[in-house]
Amino acid sequence: MEALGLLLHGFAVLLTWKTLVLMMVGLVLGIFVGVLPGLGGPNGVAILLPLTFTMDPTSAIVMLSCIYWGALFGGAITSILFNIPGEAWSVATTFDGYPMAQQGRAAEALTAAFTSSFIGSLVAVLLITFLAPMISSFALKFGPPEFFAVYLLTFCSFVGLGREAKHKTVISMSLGLLLAGVGMDTVSGNLRMTFGSAELLRGINFLVAVIGLFGISEILLTMEERLALRGHAASISLRVVLGVWKDLPKYWVTLLRSSFIGCWLGITPGGAIAASFMGYNLAKRFSKDSESFGKGRIEGVFAPETAAHASGTSALLPMLALGIPGSGTAAILLGGLMVWGLNPGPLLFVEHKDFVWGLIASMYLGNVVGLVLVLTTVPIFASILRVPFAAVAPMIVVSCAIGAYAIQNAMFDIWLMLGFGVVGYVFKKIGIPLAPFTLALVLGNRAEDAFRLSMIGSGGKLGVFWSNGLVGSITTLAIVLLFWPVIDSVLGRVGLTQRTRTTSP
Amino acid sequence: MSQTDLEIVVDDPTAPEDDSPAVVSSGSVEIVVCLLLLALAVTLGYDNWRTGASWDATGPEPGYFPFYLSIILGGGSLYGLIVALLARRAASGTFVTRAQARRVMAVFVPTLLFCLVTQFLGLYVASFLLIAGFMRLVGKIALWKSLLTALVFTAIMFVTFDIAFDVIMPKGPLEAAFGH
Repeated sequence: MEALGLLLHGFAVLLTWKTLVLMMVGLVLGIFVGVLPGLGGPNGVAILLPLTFTMDPTSAIVMLSCIYWGALFGGAITSILFNIPGEAWSVATTFDGYPMAQQGRAAEALTAAFTSSFIGSLVAVLLITFLAPMISSFALKFGPPEFFAVYLLTFCSFVGLGREAKHKTVISMSLGLLLAGVGMDTVSGNLRMTFGSAELLRGINFLVAVIGLFGISEILLTMEERLALRGHAASISLRVVLGVWKDLPKYWVTLLRSSFIGCWLGITPGGAIAASFMGYNLAKRFSKDSESFGKGRIEGVFAPETAAHASGTSALLPMLALGIPGSGTAAILLGGLMVWGLNPGPLLFVEHKDFVWGLIASMYLGNVVGLVLVLTTVPIFASILRVPFAAVAPMIVVSCAIGAYAIQNAMFDIWLMLGFGVVGYVFKKIGIPLAPFTLALVLGNRAEDAFRLSMIGSGGKLGVFWSNGLVGSITTLAIVLLFWPVIDSVLGRVGLTQRTRTTSP
Repeated sequence: MSQTDLEIVVDDPTAPEDDSPAVVSSGSVEIVVCLLLLALAVTLGYDNWRTGASWDATGPEPGYFPFYLSIILGGGSLYGLIVALLARRAASGTFVTRAQARRVMAVFVPTLLFCLVTQFLGLYVASFLLIAGFMRLVGKIALWKSLLTALVFTAIMFVTFDIAFDVIMPKGPLEAAFGH
């Protein structure tokens, strides 16, 4: 049980006043960001990232990950009280959460949501604690071809398994990879795609793009909607909390099933949304009384929330162990790692033990503190929505600009951010997914380096990607996933696979 | 167990009308975007080919990887263009209605001006002007509230970033006058 000892060490790193205060600040900011319209997990983390630039990496990641947990908790508040899902993965929570609020059971629904989020995260963190060190020590044997194969697998699974039109995912991903290559070429030192511009010499910074794509574009999109809202205010009493907790054991199957789905889908990219729907649908299918779903059933809150949080948390597993983010937010955290001078990948577990185990310990602690915090402060956060959007919107714009400028102290980046804001707005409206773009932009250079190093090693033979059992099976799996829709339909026609589609109600 | 007697109600008097006419359809925007991406793919592809997209003694040249990516991007956008052109005959959704466009512009134009002002007068002055102006003109919030909010927010940002965290923002003549 080496992991346990290291985890205890992680807690020791964490238990200083400074870190605990940062944790609270992060959680409060996160809930704030989760509740506000037009902001969510990835935007919040991206905008607040500059705050952490001058901190040491451990404090920085603790604060940032707490912003993320806070945003996850905060999303549930608006879903249940206002029927406004803060994030796509909170949509399934509104199905039963909002009816419960209408029936005057808002406190119950909120407690259920927070508790199940907590359980989902806890299961995922346990998984990370024991699995991540194993995967990373296994990955230490990886050479460039293996790494390229894993990157390829990540990209291909986005195309093959994503719900968007395939060509749009391909466009988004190749654009991201291309833009990642702008500037100085890391292998040869040559300049490329700069067209003589001195500003482009630095390359297109990932975080600047993310702030524009998620922050600015989200403001533009939010303004399009009718911003009027009507919802319920709720305060949670200890009696309600204990009442819900007493009933928890009755739902252990649902909780366990959703945690499992969440962990599984979280590790594969882009899974949180699918996980929450799948958790909900399976709970409904296996229920003896599936008619009552959608009419305010507490299980309908448990199932999607557990799955969404398990998946949101386990998305950090591949990021920590392999340096490959499993979600947009994980990609931004990964960008943060690089700013703080850490090199993401399996070596992180060897070279920066304090950092990794501090982060893992903060996941436990952050979720416990977060749970207590949201349960006690819901009324305050719900009333944030009274603040007019006309006051919130310019403040978000200013925060975005500060964030974009702070990364490289370049005015050009503020303009770049604005440009990406427009791109993000247009892309979202015509259904080009942004997550593959984000992932490609952050992984682009490392994927290319891995490819070139393996090509140099093999003397230019593509056969290197099938040179041993490990790399061969990863590459083959990647190609199978890329053409999965085709394979699936062929198999379906032959009658080999049963079509099991998860339909969203 | 009724703890929900209190309701939170927020109105949006300037909300875009639902029956506002469409400015442009999603199909047309898709065509334009695909054309732009195609042009980008060709430009970048050419630049990479010029840099060198083949092999030399040391392995792939710098332009190799991005050159093939621009081909993928070009292929994807060409396919998207054809799909969008074919689907044009069928009814395609609205990209943005006139009322929505007006609201989006109400945020976009101030943001653009904010960036311009930041370039010349520094971020804090621009931020004060943006918040106060936006709240007053777009949000129709009382002038004193707008000014106060803008001042407090800008001051908090200045103290947090420039003083507490040492993250230096672009500054203009006003800050120079105070010796920053």
